[in-house]
Amino acid sequence: MDGFRPNSYSGKLIIVEGIDGSGKSTQLSLLSQWLRSKRLVVSFSEWNSSSIVRGTTRQGKRKQMFTPTTFSLIHATDFADRLERHILPMLEAGAVVCADRYAFTAFARDVARGVRPQWVRNLYRMAIKPDLAFYFRVPLNVALDRILGGRAALKYYEAGMDLNLSSDIQESFALFQERILREYDSMAEEMGFHVIDATGTIKEQQRQVRKIVMNTIGDALEKDILRQPTSERRA
Amino acid sequence: MTNDNLKPLDFYADPLPNVDLTELQGKLIVIEGPDSVGRTTQVERLRAWLEANGHAVVDTGMTRSTLTKEGLQEAKNGHTLGPLTMGLFYMADFADRLERVIVPALRAGFVVLTDRYFYSVVARSAARHQDSEWLERVAGCALVPHATFYLRASVDEIVARTARGRRYFEYWESGMDVPYGSNRYESFRGYQSRLVEILDSLSERYGFTVIDANRPPDKIFADLRQRIAALLEI
Repeated sequence: MDGFRPNSYSGKLIIVEGIDGSGKSTQLSLLSQWLRSKRLVVSFSEWNSSSIVRGTTRQGKRKQMFTPTTFSLIHATDFADRLERHILPMLEAGAVVCADRYAFTAFARDVARGVRPQWVRNLYRMAIKPDLAFYFRVPLNVALDRILGGRAALKYYEAGMDLNLSSDIQESFALFQERILREYDSMAEEMGFHVIDATGTIKEQQRQVRKIVMNTIGDALEKDILRQPTSERRA
Repeated sequence: MTNDNLKPLDFYADPLPNVDLTELQGKLIVIEGPDSVGRTTQVERLRAWLEANGHAVVDTGMTRSTLTKEGLQEAKNGHTLGPLTMGLFYMADFADRLERVIVPALRAGFVVLTDRYFYSVVARSAARHQDSEWLERVAGCALVPHATFYLRASVDEIVARTARGRRYFEYWESGMDVPYGSNRYESFRGYQSRLVEILDSLSERYGFTVIDANRPPDKIFADLRQRIAALLEI
């Protein structure tokens, strides 16, 4: 059981999960463009983006002050701020809220860091149960090629360097991602993820995502979701 | 020599990663209570007295975590901190001090005096109509203290001391984000009354030792000293 609160609002919550390099953000962005093209009101919420918590997260990372427990609590604080400031009111107002990463990121990552699964699951009992959860599943080596190929240097916590898995940052990153991947896979069924094969083309993945959206919450999107007025449509 | 008063330390529910309880040889003493009852003064005096008796002491207190101190203060200054976020931010402050101050000091055999524990976080959150049972489970990673002394004062006493000492009623200590009244004074009274009620119920559940804090500081100190002397066999 996830233990989340059910979504009793007229809005809909769609979330994406997956390891770094799974392409989930691209897919969510394409999905939200499509929903917006239908004049639906769509609101975005990104993991680790609360302005109130930002300074603390930055300081903790820069000075390497985090333990697994405080890393988990600070990210939960960030989540709580976005939840009460943004996600809940927008759902209540009838919008589609698209979240890039959700509580499952904590379930996978914090457990991979060594916090107790039942503790972190309780921590996110404050969260609303998503109406749709997509898990972009990608083999480790594919994700690693994508990440290590075309991006700036890996960061300390991102690479799981705090776990002392390896003194080589790339190797540590690979080992840490492997653990996270294992956690995602093991919760996929329990959490009711819609699993998307993230090795497919971007277009093919998006086709599947849109089909699942229509099949599961299509009616609600048609009837319950707040829309932009037609007059605002640009020529 | 063993002391029957002092059981080995344990976690409430969820052991912290990387902590071996058998290594924790120190003593953990909590001073709890609402605002303005003189907790900080008492902790200072107790520390001086314990050190005079040869006990190494580390003191810590709510909002003093180096990780969250600045961020929490900034968030409070902005007056846009929601009640759910506040509870977790304070829990992060607590956990940071627990893991990086309290546990290392206990490992080194110190007496740890802490000015409030997670109980105050739970109380503040409950006074803001949040799910406190949930937050208590988040605090399941806390150590059960050897003793918790609850400095309990009446609301009249809290109001009078705040007016005499700080000489203004601070926004958050007045629960203005809820609020509890149509003006600052009323809200302070209402919020502090609610906090006392909640601390009373936590006191029963967690087995605090209640200290009458309506008395002058010297009397409170004498009371605390006597009880801690018995606990530590001084």
